[in-house]
Amino acid sequence: MDFQWSVIWEALPNLLQGARLTILIAAVGLAGGLTLGALAGMVRTYGPKSLDWLARSYILLIRGTPLVVQVMFIYFALPIIAGVRIDGLTAAILSIIINSGAYVAEIVRGALLSIPKGLQEAGLAMGLPFRKVLRLIIGPLAFRRMIPALGNQCITSLKDTSLFIVIGVGELTRQGQEIMAENYRAVEIWTAVAVIYLLILTAMAYGLKYIEKRMPIL
Amino acid sequence: MSMVEFKQVVKSFGSLTVLDKVDLSIEPGEVVVIIGPSGSGKSTLLRCINALETIQDGDILVDGRSVRGGKEEIHQIRLEAGMVFQQFNLFPQMTALENVMFGPINARGMKKAEARALAVQILGKVGLEAKANHSPAQLSGGQQQRVAIARALAIRPALMLFDEPTSALDPELRHEVLKVMRDLAAENMTMVVVTHEIEFARQVGSRLIFMEGGKIVHDGNPVELLSNPPSSRLKDFLQHVH
Ligand SMILES: Nc1ncnc2c1ncn2[C@@H]1O[C@H](COP(=O)(O)OP(=O)(O)O)[C@@H](O)[C@H]1O
Ligand SMILES: [Mg+2]
Repeated sequence: MDFQWSVIWEALPNLLQGARLTILIAAVGLAGGLTLGALAGMVRTYGPKSLDWLARSYILLIRGTPLVVQVMFIYFALPIIAGVRIDGLTAAILSIIINSGAYVAEIVRGALLSIPKGLQEAGLAMGLPFRKVLRLIIGPLAFRRMIPALGNQCITSLKDTSLFIVIGVGELTRQGQEIMAENYRAVEIWTAVAVIYLLILTAMAYGLKYIEKRMPIL
Repeated sequence: MSMVEFKQVVKSFGSLTVLDKVDLSIEPGEVVVIIGPSGSGKSTLLRCINALETIQDGDILVDGRSVRGGKEEIHQIRLEAGMVFQQFNLFPQMTALENVMFGPINARGMKKAEARALAVQILGKVGLEAKANHSPAQLSGGQQQRVAIARALAIRPALMLFDEPTSALDPELRHEVLKVMRDLAAENMTMVVVTHEIEFARQVGSRLIFMEGGKIVHDGNPVELLSNPPSSRLKDFLQHVH
């Protein structure tokens, strides 16, 4: 077998284009997912029964179905039900938001519950409203405890974007697939794709390590 | 007006009645020491005063404000009543100084610089200026509890509530916390102290309450109650804590 570097060289612009889209989907999707997850997690921990029920159902639905089914639903079924056209990129980002949000919600809930009750009481006892106790005391402490699990979720979600190959979004995996369909150079192309993922994820892992170091669990 | 007034207070957790029609009034400047067997309702009584527990019947007035009077009343009551917990409950992400500044800034709306000056002064009062920039994890238990007292004092309360402030401490660290409490009593701070420190009750307490089964069984002068226990229950209890 001859490994031809020139194949990779030629494919690189398209692969990097795909990598850019992969990062975009993951970044916007995770920003939304962290926000949605934080909200759902707080509702699950402190919310009234009615809202908690809603959050629980959401988590059950998302964790109980595969991501590919979720994105297929958003991309193909939702337009029929709701009568709106959704482009592939939007469907991909929406999928990451709702999917990661469900997992993040449980991470947030677990971390909030792990903070000793006494700290909350100390805050309340000095006359702070619960919102402030959450924002200034419990929240920051819980966040530190969430970092490792949130890091895992970020890594998982980034890799999950490769599933959007099924709706034709030109992210990294899809780009590799399309190039290979033309030149049949499977070894070079999939090696290059794997290395690009590895670089992105290694950078992420280092970023996480840095954050963890700066914000140790107390 | 009384500083604290319990009127037929009933507190229950589900079917368990923990405070059973308690009447009690505490006057400004009193140091009320509460003793009693585990589970008799001492902590609950204390926690009802600043509405950390909600009561099911009766009423509690703190400086004339009802714990059942809604959010704003409870807010005012909590500003007026500082609380010290058995487990210190210092905020671990903040230094000693930041812990003490926290209440003035966030509960009283004080400017940062002003809060810092106040916190430095109060830390000095509990003998810990030198530890201002240490985090709680770098302090001994006794030091942590003194910071916790400073933190409570920083909101300028009219009343201090202590729930077994020395029970989590090694015997050799207790005296430094008790000394701070003694100093406070000498300044005429109104104090309600749940404790097993009988010597503190005798020397510093202006009043001793013995609780059992959610009721106040004895309420009187500490020296008299301790030297002449009026019931065999109190006598037995005292033998066990000694
Ligand atoms: N949050 C709670 N939920 C249920 N029961 C409680 C709770 N807090 C206290 N109790 C019960 O109330 C009783 C009195 O508790 P407490 O006031 O802590 O007693 P003490 O401080 O005198 O040891 C105990 O039987 C205890 O188990
Ligand atoms: Mg207790």
